[in-house]
Amino acid sequence: MKQEVAAAESVAIPRNKKKKKNFFQRLWANRVFLLMVAPGTIFLIIFFYIPVLANVVAFQNFQYTDQGFVYSVLHSPWVGFDNFKFFFQSADFWIVLRNTVGYNLTFLLLNFFFAIFFGVVMSQMRKARLLKTYQTMMLFPYFLSWAILSYFVYAFLSSDKGIINHMITAMGGSSIDFYNAPWVWPFIIIFLGVWKGIGYNSILYFATAMGIDPSYYDAAMIDGASKWQQIKNVTLPHILPIATLMLILNIGGIFRSDFGLFYLVPRNSGSLIDITQTFDTYIYRALTTTNDIGMSTAAGLMQSVVGALLIFITNWIVRRKQPESALF
Amino acid sequence: MRKKKHITAVEIRKFSAGTDLFFNIFIGIFALSCIIPFFFIIILSLTKESDMTTYGYQFWPKHFVLTSYVYLGKMGKQVLQSLGVTVFVTIVGTVMNSLFSSTYAYAISRRDFAYARFFTIFALISMLFVPGMVPTYLVVTQMLGLQNNIWALILPMSFGVYNVLIMRSFFKTSIPEAIIESARIDGASEMRIFRSIVVPLAIPGIATISLFTSLGYWNDWMNALLYINVDNLVPLQYLLVKIQNNIQVMTSQMQAGASAAMVQNIPTEGMRFAVVVVATLPIALTYPFFQKYFVKGMTIGGVKG
Repeated sequence: MKQEVAAAESVAIPRNKKKKKNFFQRLWANRVFLLMVAPGTIFLIIFFYIPVLANVVAFQNFQYTDQGFVYSVLHSPWVGFDNFKFFFQSADFWIVLRNTVGYNLTFLLLNFFFAIFFGVVMSQMRKARLLKTYQTMMLFPYFLSWAILSYFVYAFLSSDKGIINHMITAMGGSSIDFYNAPWVWPFIIIFLGVWKGIGYNSILYFATAMGIDPSYYDAAMIDGASKWQQIKNVTLPHILPIATLMLILNIGGIFRSDFGLFYLVPRNSGSLIDITQTFDTYIYRALTTTNDIGMSTAAGLMQSVVGALLIFITNWIVRRKQPESALF
Repeated sequence: MRKKKHITAVEIRKFSAGTDLFFNIFIGIFALSCIIPFFFIIILSLTKESDMTTYGYQFWPKHFVLTSYVYLGKMGKQVLQSLGVTVFVTIVGTVMNSLFSSTYAYAISRRDFAYARFFTIFALISMLFVPGMVPTYLVVTQMLGLQNNIWALILPMSFGVYNVLIMRSFFKTSIPEAIIESARIDGASEMRIFRSIVVPLAIPGIATISLFTSLGYWNDWMNALLYINVDNLVPLQYLLVKIQNNIQVMTSQMQAGASAAMVQNIPTEGMRFAVVVVATLPIALTYPFFQKYFVKGMTIGGVKG
């Protein structure tokens, strides 16, 4: 690969042709570009590479010292895989695993379905201006934080003042204490997750559907295809490759969760923890309530390793089926 | 003739009138569901406190009052402080992120840069693996010592690999090598080329990443949750998190200048909703105008590394 770069360089800058420079001359020749990448490089070292290395505390019984972080890491006792064992053997592990994977699989399928459905339907609508208005409205929740949306939800679900209980009691039913009713939360969380993202997620499919050459529809109509047949035989086959790719790519995130959705929206309600606890909220709670650095790091490390493995595996599959869409 | 053909070609993929009406209603209702909650919150912030206690939250309350906002204006020092923190963090952070991400992207997009490949991979690796909440927390608090420091809200988001990818594909597709080449032949230095030629051409791309970034900063409460526990550094979004169950944060600062009767009559519910409105309104008012940049970012972002 070095030769490639050198070759490109010699084509672009004839004056470099003369002779091979030594390392320092090369650095000096690239000084402006190196200056340009410097801030980003420092950022990546501090906020990516060092934290990645700091994951070693997952194998330690980490203790704070007043002689700096590096000293603390080097002098904390090593405990091997004890933190992992502790995490895997706890009753929480299975609940957290079930919730994280369960919610994510549901999101994966529903987002996939609804984004395509909305994207395709919108691409077939007649009034461009109305369509634009819908899209603008649907993007609104996507741009808001869960800190704000949790209040939106509360206005509807509050047990004594919420509008939903208001309607239930007006129709003669008895009100539901939503923030203490675990059984409704899977539905609430899944609805909110899909609802917030649909404006954004459908754009990709909308744009793809709009980009289809109209002569395909022309030909289909000449053959007497109905609208439904046109969508089935023209639109969907055009969308499917990109949809499959998105689906596969999202599998990499199956151990991650949207912290705000699972932490803020249920308002940290104790009776909902079993049904809303995911890896991210578990790690945060372990860090802040029990201050168990080793175990929470171990949980996070496992989450990241599985995530990276899934990316590699899915990429490997994509590479075999659809090499041009592979990530690397 | 040609024009007519064009129109039929566009018309051809549309629904029939009946189906179109059905889906207009369907999608229209869904689209309304996306903005109605916000109007509901605005109404609640204008509802008389006693109405909320008696009748619950209503779409059309008996009394519309401005009490919540009056109290917010009179005694909401914390809200003003938080708004200041959020605005400062958003501006400084967005400038840093856009600058650092653009220069990084520009350098790795240039074939003349001998280490372009190395720095591309150096950045891309960070997309494969997440360092994790706890190690990052340890680095920020223990190594950098940024607990209760405003930079803890800025630095962790001051560079974005995703932004780098957007800008890199932007530079590669919309700034021809030939322009750069001719500028160099005219004797312009690399810095000069970047300043006077590349940046002006890249404004649409920079606008896109700045918008994404400023939205990220405006909406961030996670960093504050981890790193901030003094009231004067609480950003608006984290203030919302803190007053979810406890309005004390806001009322504690009020005691000083207020009479006992005033403190008792604080419309706590209404004030919460008023703060939500203050945090949402800037986004609600601006994003429709910037929407095209967001959409652009979404579609060019999906470029492989």
